[in-house]
Amino acid sequence: MNTDAIRFLLNGEPVEVTGIAPTTSLLAWLRIHQGLTGTKEGCAEGDCGACTVVLGELAGSADALRLYSVNACIQFVPALDGKAVFTVEYLRRQAGDGLHPVQQAMVDCHGSQCGFCTPGFVMSLWDLYNACVPDGTRPDPARIRSQLTGNLCRCTGYRPIIEAGERMFEHTELPLDREAVRAGLLRLRRREALDYVHEGTHFLAPRTLAQLVELRRQRPQATLLAGCTDIGLWVNKQFRDVGDLIYIGQVEDLQQVGEAHGKLRIGAAVSLSDAFAALCLPYPELGELWERFASPPVRNAGTLGGNVANGSPIGDSMPALIALGAEVVLHGPRGRRSLPLDAFYLDYMRKDLAADEIVEAVEVPVHESALRFRSWKVSKRFDSDISAVCGAFALRLEDGVVRSPRIAFGGMAATPRRALRTEAAIEGRRWDEAALFAALQALAEDYAPLSDLRASADYRRRTAAGLLRRFYLETRAQDPLDTQQTRVFAAFDSFAAQP
Amino acid sequence: MKAESFTQARQATPAAHHGHPHESARLHVAGEATYVDDIRELAGTAHAALGLSSQAHARILAIELDAVRAMPGVIAVLTAADIPGTNDCGPIIHDDPILADGVVHYVGQPLFAVVADSHEHARRAARRAKVSYEPLPAVLDPLQAKAQSSFVLPPMQLVRGEPAARLAAAPRRLKGSWQVGGQEQFYLEGQISYAVPREDGCIHLWCSTQHPTEMQHVVSHALGLAANQVVVEMRRMGGGFGGKESQSALFACIAALAAARLRRPVKLRPDRDDDFMITGKRHDFHYEYEVGFDDDGRILAARIEMVARAGFSADLSGPVATRAICHFDNAYYLADVDIRALCARTNTQSNTAFRGFGGPQGAVAIEHIIDSVARALGHDPLDVRKLNFYGGEGRDLTPYGQRVEDNVIHELVAELEADSAYRERRRDIAAYNAGSPVLKKGLALTPVKFGISFNVAHYNQAGALVHVYTDGSVLVNHGGTEMGQGLNTKVCQVVAHTLGIELARVRATAADTSKVANTSATAASTGADLNGKAAEDAARRIRQRLAEFVAGRHGIDADAVRFADDHVHAGAVAVPFAELVAQAYQARVQLWSEGFYTTPGLSWDRSTLSGRPFYYFAYGAAVAEVLVDTLTGEWRLLRADLLHDAGNSINPAIDVGQVEGAFIQGMGWLTMEELWWNKDGRLMTHAPSTYKIPAAHDCPAEFHTRLFRNRNHEDTILRSKAVGEPPLLLGFAVLFALRDAVAAVGDGRSAPPLRAPATPEAILDAIDAVRAACAPATMEVLS
Repeated sequence: MNTDAIRFLLNGEPVEVTGIAPTTSLLAWLRIHQGLTGTKEGCAEGDCGACTVVLGELAGSADALRLYSVNACIQFVPALDGKAVFTVEYLRRQAGDGLHPVQQAMVDCHGSQCGFCTPGFVMSLWDLYNACVPDGTRPDPARIRSQLTGNLCRCTGYRPIIEAGERMFEHTELPLDREAVRAGLLRLRRREALDYVHEGTHFLAPRTLAQLVELRRQRPQATLLAGCTDIGLWVNKQFRDVGDLIYIGQVEDLQQVGEAHGKLRIGAAVSLSDAFAALCLPYPELGELWERFASPPVRNAGTLGGNVANGSPIGDSMPALIALGAEVVLHGPRGRRSLPLDAFYLDYMRKDLAADEIVEAVEVPVHESALRFRSWKVSKRFDSDISAVCGAFALRLEDGVVRSPRIAFGGMAATPRRALRTEAAIEGRRWDEAALFAALQALAEDYAPLSDLRASADYRRRTAAGLLRRFYLETRAQDPLDTQQTRVFAAFDSFAAQP
Repeated sequence: MKAESFTQARQATPAAHHGHPHESARLHVAGEATYVDDIRELAGTAHAALGLSSQAHARILAIELDAVRAMPGVIAVLTAADIPGTNDCGPIIHDDPILADGVVHYVGQPLFAVVADSHEHARRAARRAKVSYEPLPAVLDPLQAKAQSSFVLPPMQLVRGEPAARLAAAPRRLKGSWQVGGQEQFYLEGQISYAVPREDGCIHLWCSTQHPTEMQHVVSHALGLAANQVVVEMRRMGGGFGGKESQSALFACIAALAAARLRRPVKLRPDRDDDFMITGKRHDFHYEYEVGFDDDGRILAARIEMVARAGFSADLSGPVATRAICHFDNAYYLADVDIRALCARTNTQSNTAFRGFGGPQGAVAIEHIIDSVARALGHDPLDVRKLNFYGGEGRDLTPYGQRVEDNVIHELVAELEADSAYRERRRDIAAYNAGSPVLKKGLALTPVKFGISFNVAHYNQAGALVHVYTDGSVLVNHGGTEMGQGLNTKVCQVVAHTLGIELARVRATAADTSKVANTSATAASTGADLNGKAAEDAARRIRQRLAEFVAGRHGIDADAVRFADDHVHAGAVAVPFAELVAQAYQARVQLWSEGFYTTPGLSWDRSTLSGRPFYYFAYGAAVAEVLVDTLTGEWRLLRADLLHDAGNSINPAIDVGQVEGAFIQGMGWLTMEELWWNKDGRLMTHAPSTYKIPAAHDCPAEFHTRLFRNRNHEDTILRSKAVGEPPLLLGFAVLFALRDAVAAVGDGRSAPPLRAPATPEAILDAIDAVRAACAPATMEVLS
């Protein structure tokens, strides 16, 4: 069978790949097929960062080069078509066989002990270095920490690595030749959809929404693929046969973020990083949640559309989106339809989505009047952990009286779900201690959570109540508490303002 | 390194007592450091994967393997019946089957190995077996095992004085029970072995292991070979932390078995989840204690029973329990004590070594008790800690009969208390808490005293080989293994220091059982102490020969020859080292040597649990300040101050790295790292997605680490002290700071029932318990 070759830049050089299964991970391909063993496997599920590499792609109407870190263990090779892949081996080449400033700083700061996680850290720092060098910005330790939350180190305790992130700018600057990468990518650019075939299995990468909708109609059984941060695990961990894959990452129309008619529209292929950056402008209250949502490589690869479409009861974006009154836009052969996000989830991992439909976008109202809004997750670890409970709260106060409250939780039921009884208990009431008391009583009726490895049902209940109380303390009509008085992680709202 | 770069590399920096980078640092950052899975595979290499038990305890009725064999790429399936030698890889007691035979003892126990043409094919095929079981009663909880008197080893007990009488007579008493969880090693590089058949039935094995010699032994026993037919080579591990001391054995044996049976190279690299499911972890401990004390908080007598989850087999549980017993005192003189340790047999992974090896579990118990005593009396826990330190007339004998002769805990703690502004911050925190209804701060200072040496005397030996080549470059090989701790760096520094040459001249090579034989595990923090001394011995022998050679030429006394600055000095004459060795070679001087070392003065009586098990003690202390959210139990470490005794450190940069890393790892154990088995005995936290080790934000923004100025009073290598394990105990400070913050919810006098790991749930449970104990006050504060 005829197949398109997968074409991308590997460490600056164009490569053409055929003859591999469409679900072959970039990590396996690098290590086994290319002998590039600098990139390591620590977990094969995107949670340790030992396989961190940097991707480059052309973005926007100006075809600017965009660089971002991802986990090679959960990137399927065909999804790299038209992109640039940089592995740790590239850095010494860039440095003329010496050490790149990032690497030298890691040596200077004693940032490696066993060394196994080190290439991953080096690539995360290189990503940050490339982001800072062109405009001369310098990251503070908080920004560096934030960049490193997807990389686990069991030896150092991180202090020397964070220090290396500061000191990497002390050496003679070594900027990436972006123009050369751009030129290489422009040469690789494909006008038509990619149809990669291996042993009868297709990997299809349409370029327009119309192509995508038509492909979906033809192949309702195929698996839709966006960031691969979950489907990668189906393959690596469960050996699930995902069949034909339709990759939405090259569909121009799905990569747009725009505001119209009081709604922020986020295309289904927009990465979580970009989606949160857009959401945090009107809603800086999402700063802490953003910081805690997975890790940079996962947020760079994963999409908000994917998080929503996946519909896991512990997905962290949905409670906030539901509380904000977001809608999901679906598209199929019969056209478009929109529905409130809370109506989209029918039951455990079951959605109001036909086999031939796709999620096209998420639309989030941008409220004009002062909405009191918060969303927090609770987990064992601050960084990159799955929520025990994730809560979101939104209401307006008119003369101290609650109007249109919307409260939603993840981790409390089989789907992300609104706390309707709680909402009803406070609608139209003065937002005072008595209303809180009523809300807490109603909340106990709203959910019957489960016990599992993350938390007991009892803890989930008490913590949901704790978050509701925190929301009350911060938003009550009289003497609201400052976040300094209510939050252990108060510093993170500031991240929302960062570009 | 090329010859000319020696001159380039010449600096004024001394070889020893200087923070040189890790010898592999440049390779690490470049992605060029070779781990076992990075070795270029030989043609014909096959890959193995393991089929695991789905039952916690069951008789195997049948294993259907046809479906496995039918999968693409499958070459062979191996079961216990295919093992020509002994089906055992237990390090001490021989109760650890390589592959299950007849009965399975835990969910995750390997039943068979499938060998295929690729790693993926092997893994896919391994899932296709149909196994029928007859379930047997499973014991999943160590306390249930204790109730059923189900132990892997006989109970151990150490009694000194008259604890029962003293307890009865004490003016104040406290009784309680407590627990700390286990901990997965989570080495970033998982277990891996790569076996290659060689001529005459021999096996060459690359194995990520802390104990090449033991791997050599278990492979030779499993295959029915002599030890001289098995070579184990180990350049570096991507972390070990104890998890690759004994438990690399199963993977070594199966890779070697498959290679021997199939006559082709076979690699076995379990997926991270399989690694979690198969291998043992740090023992969780469950305590029952009683303590008698006076009004000042001075402990008069203590009794404790520690139940450790051994898992299904003994593995290293005996020595772990022994070390727990020998560290229950931590830095405190306990006059009359009764310490009992039980190794509970459970149908879970067989728990094993993990940095500290039972020491942390012993010491954290007395810290919990002292903290409770202080709270009962309304004293600052630091004052009660200091009151009980070793030192003063008749207060220097450990319960196991070793005198504490190198005690620096008073000076060290005083220094840290001042540097960290402990008292001022204590006052500030009290003021903060009084005005903060939702968030509470907590502060704690905890000390460490940790015994250095293997409890078993004969392990305390090491060998090394030093080769000086005619170009002046030096190669050192020793019995220790590099797992990131900087052992090779330190050994190279010792050799360079001894020969008076540039560090850049010295290269360390892979641990290799065909070079240095009969090595001990790189464990118990002893790597640099033992192997550094052995390498020094070898280097000294060469130096002596060179000195005699030079002395003969210049007509001076050999003792007058000096080795320094990369030169050999004979009176006014200074010959570059490389030039001299070339001359010495021409004169037929032996330029290589072996070295050997045994730790002096050790004794241990296993029946009475007494003697001198430790050559010396390492000390340290930490201050931690935390902020706790009383609504959710979430928390953050605001600041940590560490002061640690590494003696006269060979490499302060590496030692600071060990101290900081161990602190964070110890904190992880006691806070966020939670092992959770479901009711069927299946471990549900089996990957980094579900098992959370500390990440970047867990490193405190204010983090001060210093090494305590000291010199080992024993004749250790360059008067340094071992540093691998002791600082793990510094992490205690975080747990007790959390407890302090939780106590602030109440009247401060109650001792919060905070279990470890202190997850947000455990913290909220403790907060709610404190609130319940003083309900009206709490309601008032919150409203």
